[in-house]
Amino acid sequence: MQIKDIQKEKRLSGKMKLALLIFIFLATAPLYMSSFRVTMLGKYMCFALIALGIDMIWGYTGILSLGHGVYFGLGAYCMAMHLKLEASDGALPDFMAWSAVEKLPAFWAPFQSSAFTLFSIVLIPVIFAAVIGSLTFLNRIKGVFFCILSQALAFALATFMIGRQEYFGGSNGLTNFTTLFGHAVNDPVTKTVLFYLTLISLIAAFALCMKIVNSRAGRVLVATRDAENRLRFTGYSPAVYKVFVYCLSAALAGIAGALYVPQVGIISPTDINIAPSTEMVIWVAVGGKSTLVGAILGALVVNFAKSLVSEQFPAVWQFFIGALFIAVILFFPAGLISIKDLPAKIRSFIKKRADTGEAEDKKQAGTNAKAKSDNGLFSNKKPVTVTSVKVSKGDGQ
Amino acid sequence: MDLILMQLFNGLSVSSILLLAALGLAITFGLMGIINMAHGEFIMIGAYTAYVVQNVWKSVFPESSSDIYFLLEMIAAFFVTAIVGLILERLIIRHLYGRALDSLLVTWGISLVLQQAVRSIFGPANVSVSAPAFLDKNIQVTGMFAMSGKRLFILALAVVCCTLIALMMYKTKQGRNIRAAMQNRDMAASLGVNTAKCDMITFAVGSGFAGIAGCAITFLGPIGPTIGQSYIVDAFMTVVVGGVGKIIGCITGATIIGVGGPTFEFFTSASLGKVMIFIVVIIILQFKPKGIFSMHSRALDD
Repeated sequence: MQIKDIQKEKRLSGKMKLALLIFIFLATAPLYMSSFRVTMLGKYMCFALIALGIDMIWGYTGILSLGHGVYFGLGAYCMAMHLKLEASDGALPDFMAWSAVEKLPAFWAPFQSSAFTLFSIVLIPVIFAAVIGSLTFLNRIKGVFFCILSQALAFALATFMIGRQEYFGGSNGLTNFTTLFGHAVNDPVTKTVLFYLTLISLIAAFALCMKIVNSRAGRVLVATRDAENRLRFTGYSPAVYKVFVYCLSAALAGIAGALYVPQVGIISPTDINIAPSTEMVIWVAVGGKSTLVGAILGALVVNFAKSLVSEQFPAVWQFFIGALFIAVILFFPAGLISIKDLPAKIRSFIKKRADTGEAEDKKQAGTNAKAKSDNGLFSNKKPVTVTSVKVSKGDGQ
Repeated sequence: MDLILMQLFNGLSVSSILLLAALGLAITFGLMGIINMAHGEFIMIGAYTAYVVQNVWKSVFPESSSDIYFLLEMIAAFFVTAIVGLILERLIIRHLYGRALDSLLVTWGISLVLQQAVRSIFGPANVSVSAPAFLDKNIQVTGMFAMSGKRLFILALAVVCCTLIALMMYKTKQGRNIRAAMQNRDMAASLGVNTAKCDMITFAVGSGFAGIAGCAITFLGPIGPTIGQSYIVDAFMTVVVGGVGKIIGCITGATIIGVGGPTFEFFTSASLGKVMIFIVVIIILQFKPKGIFSMHSRALDD
């Protein structure tokens, strides 16, 4: 038992080391990378922020949401609307004039205030997520049904944004920003500040998620994933925790969207539709789900690979990402994060073999080995869980 | 009145395509717990098969025979997609039974690969398939309301396909085995049903019907490598609303989404129509979390 605990601690610290390494790399990147690459890294860090949220909901709670582009988009559009108003400086935003809108729509007006915008970045995605979450999770809509609904949500929102040219800029999205809270967005200083702001948000989000995962609530989330019915029988309400974690991941995605817009300079419905929303999930899968640092690593690595591959051969990228989906889920479910563990695992396996070999030499080999192998067989078996027992409706009384 | 009839007819014709697309999905989901995101790409493969058959036919036979080859297109589309489905089932999907979420991501990967493959072979531009001449006629019902021959044909096709699937599921031995495996896989296997064979056949047949759906949509307009994407979301919503594993559920779901969509779009706008349909689906699921016609089961987790 003790040995196991020590091993666990060691593994945890290994992950923390990796996280530290990633953060140090990101923090020092502006020193030795071209400003083009640094802007790209800033974008990837926004993606890592989304990946953290998806890992919380998918990796830890077992709910696969294919519509996180929606929350990313809500945060991004809130920010973009503010930037657009700043850029137009009191006049109507340019695209509205093109579609013959005569005065500013009422829901645009509050975004003139920077304070409101900063609140809305978190609040609007969270409120939206709370509504969708309670409509689905409280009614025990789960698993695949939730996946399909979340995907349809992304599709509906993107279609809506495309159709409402006069309010959201249609398929062109919102672009042509000039200043962010009075500072020019193209100014190198603003860019550096934004870069470090994103990094700080990422570290803060990482710390927050770490805290949640290691708390009692985190245990309940994992229990929801592994044995939801058992949890319900114990008196917990999984739905409440699900709504909570869904809102949390929506908030992270919203913040990511808001940080993304001034750095990249454009947000359009293409960025929030089904395809990018599904790609977000693969970042987490590649990095290693159920490990927070894995989500960050995955988002950075996949997107870096994406720019490298699609810069060189644009057509290959889709083959590549498609194959990545298939290969990671089928053959490599633990993700990149477990690569480092692999040699250690092999070593401990060999060591174990050697230990048992010595033990067998000392004692009578035959019976001992048989007992061991029986034991092994038994422990390999899938434990019978409550969830696999079929309960008839009339039984409970 | 004419306007209402016209809307209804348009809706029904959308429904019939959705129905064709959703039939295969519902059965594979119900039977194997596989969410096949590549189903849209099977539709696309069916459509491109029709395109290839047309071009080959035109280069071999004289122009006058063009009314016959559409039958050949259908048959070819069915078999080509069924074979593609069979290969994928054996190679990849077989390993994913019971892992619905994983199957969803893997088949999404497959769909990206298939899309890019078709784009590399046929080019990114849309291509068109000409419908047989006798379908170009419209049937005038009342003053303003005319039914397009193509859409009527697709409606009839959906009815035929539904009947075929119903016959297969309820009147043949294989269908009985499939239904048994759907209701209780372990029990069916214990009683000697070859469930692996059931999976193979169902997946292939489901894919084949997607191919027929693909062939049908070539009549309505040009096709491109991403055409499957525009049907897949609605097809999945159909399955979710209708419930898994029953043909009647599919028909109901397809009617709700197919008729509802154009109707909402008519009264509001195309962009709001999608949102409205989403809201309707959410409302229906509030009362029927597993779809309108779900399979009854006493299991805690399904």
